[in-house]
Amino acid sequence: MLELHDVSKIVSGRTHIGNVSLRLEPGSLNVLLGPTLAGKTTLMRLMAGLDQPTSGAVAMNGKDQAGVPVQKRSVAMVYQQFINYPSMTVYENIASPLRVAGADRATVDRKVRAAAELLRLTPYLDRLPLELSGGQQQRTALARAVVKEARLVLLDEPLANLDYKLREEMRAELPRVFAESGAIFVYATTEPAEALLLGGNTATLSEGRVTQFGPTIEVFRNPVELVTAKTFSDPPLNTIELVKRGSRFVLEGTPGIPVPARLAGIPDAPYTIGFRAHHLSLEDKGAGVPIEARVVVTEVTGSESFVHVDYAGRRWVMLEEGIHRFELGEMLRLFIDTRHLLVFDAAGTSVFAVRMAA
Amino acid sequence: MARIELRKLRHAYAARPASEADYALRRVDHTFEDGGAYALLGPSGCGKTTLLNIISGLIRPSDGAILFDGVDVTDLPTEARNIAQVFQFPVVYDTMSVYDNLAFPLRNRGVPAEMVDRRVREVVAMLGLEERAARRAQGLTSDEKQKISLGRGLVRADVNAILFDEPLTVIDPHLKWALRSQLKEMHRRLGHTMVYVTHDQTEALTFADTVVVMYEGEIVQIGTPEELFERPRHTFVGYFIGSPGMNLLPTVVEGTMARLGSQAIGLPGRLKNPPAGRLELGIRPEFVRLGREGMPVKIDKVEDVGPKKIIRASLEGQSIVVVVDEDLEVPAEPRVTFDPAHLNLYADSWRVELEAWP
Repeated sequence: MLELHDVSKIVSGRTHIGNVSLRLEPGSLNVLLGPTLAGKTTLMRLMAGLDQPTSGAVAMNGKDQAGVPVQKRSVAMVYQQFINYPSMTVYENIASPLRVAGADRATVDRKVRAAAELLRLTPYLDRLPLELSGGQQQRTALARAVVKEARLVLLDEPLANLDYKLREEMRAELPRVFAESGAIFVYATTEPAEALLLGGNTATLSEGRVTQFGPTIEVFRNPVELVTAKTFSDPPLNTIELVKRGSRFVLEGTPGIPVPARLAGIPDAPYTIGFRAHHLSLEDKGAGVPIEARVVVTEVTGSESFVHVDYAGRRWVMLEEGIHRFELGEMLRLFIDTRHLLVFDAAGTSVFAVRMAA
Repeated sequence: MARIELRKLRHAYAARPASEADYALRRVDHTFEDGGAYALLGPSGCGKTTLLNIISGLIRPSDGAILFDGVDVTDLPTEARNIAQVFQFPVVYDTMSVYDNLAFPLRNRGVPAEMVDRRVREVVAMLGLEERAARRAQGLTSDEKQKISLGRGLVRADVNAILFDEPLTVIDPHLKWALRSQLKEMHRRLGHTMVYVTHDQTEALTFADTVVVMYEGEIVQIGTPEELFERPRHTFVGYFIGSPGMNLLPTVVEGTMARLGSQAIGLPGRLKNPPAGRLELGIRPEFVRLGREGMPVKIDKVEDVGPKKIIRASLEGQSIVVVVDEDLEVPAEPRVTFDPAHLNLYADSWRVELEAWP
């Protein structure tokens, strides 16, 4: 198990990582989700031992790693840029960590072939990396990480340079690779959809802080903080600041929306209401509250339409199945699915989390 | 602005191409109409960047010709073609202000000062860079720099075309939403001929009115997002567009029915000629209905990816993917039906036109 105890990294007075505590179990997949500069790479470097924390501790299986050089740690890293030895065959690329470790020929062969099989590289073992597609090159880099049998495997946006479709295939394959290896996997990405497809656990990062950590789908459905909900929404989270007065959330100049029954007990105060694009729709799917919004732009992908609308000066996105084209400026009657409302208090904390803690 | 004609283009990087396989671009005959928004979509190695470079004049095609408004420009260098280009990574002068960066392409061509000012202000406003206009580009985030690159591409009114090469690859997901709709808005207002190269189907489908799908050096389909999604001409388009891609199920056609193992599915139309070659039924995961009626399936895996569930199942021993709403409960004895309006038949990977029943 990898444990981070209150880890901070401060560089020339600026906090790059602030008070991060995490426990990562063997055989688990852990996604670090956050925008560029949120601290994902910095956190991985601290986990790997490439950098030392300013304060706090990193422990592997209960043993403090401070002072243990990176070569002595059981760590493998895969980067966005696939790194392979261009003059060596795929076989030799995968074998290289085993050769460095002085493994005998039979062991090298057995492990290389097993890793190649796992990553579907068996037909390409005799090729040079540059003769392969980007996906195959990145799989070679992954196979080298797997063959090391490291306890900790860190993947820093490993699919970012691959084609959309290859990414989709790799995302489907990776959880199987992870499950079979038994290592602790840490996977950094900027894309919420990627975290959801990978599953496992997710830690959301914002400005060097882990805002939430738990099973991926839990973090997605029940964000404790507004910042987590925003980090974990693509299309962006639709939000609006409303004031609760009795049984309604109100806003000057709008009809407001009724307070759902499950929230009846929260105090009258200002709140930020958030909901995702697929919870805004043309039809009432249940517990829908109607609103009038003006069309700004429509994007059609063929299977879905993203309709950008303006509501009381807020820019929202509606995700609707099928093809829907609207004219710029057209007024639409839309429904907010209140079963899935996210409600945050003035401090940006979910009222559901507050109520659960109480 | 111009109409761009590509006539019998072929291109090989090797000096003496011996066979079809040596051509990165095999044969392209296509016209980009004046003022259209086009995307060139395909996996890496499909020839889309080669084609873009032929349009821009970076590459002279091995065979064929390229015409701007009827004038042969095949042998003209990039500078003489009067085009604007936006690349994957920002191209910005760090020491100049944002305003001057945007004004540069205009001043360079001796555009009168008041015209420069009007155009630059317009672009600054459209990109939401008002507060940054007077600042030096140095120290801006890479997102903001890429916005400036986009602005520089859009600032000239008199260009024949604007070419975009994966312009949003380095942009964080949240900003992609904003930039994509800004780009669409700009196209609507300015009416330039735009050609946008990407491997990202969402970018291609949301940006373009017409998407050109390329595969192994050839155009496999040209169509609107709807056409590509609903009636893929080639199984590659079925696979590449949509996430997950189209289900393809080997079948035998007997009269009005397509057989899948012990199941028979009514075809939406009649075959004009007796079917020849390898036949497959194509049905998108979105158009498979999961419920208590239809053909029995065995469910292998349910992936909860937030807004949707991806269900991997087997039907008559063949793998099939179904996409359902997050709220759908999977029945104990699951069965599927195919939406007949969205059923496609393929012979040797090409779509077979069916005639309406008499």
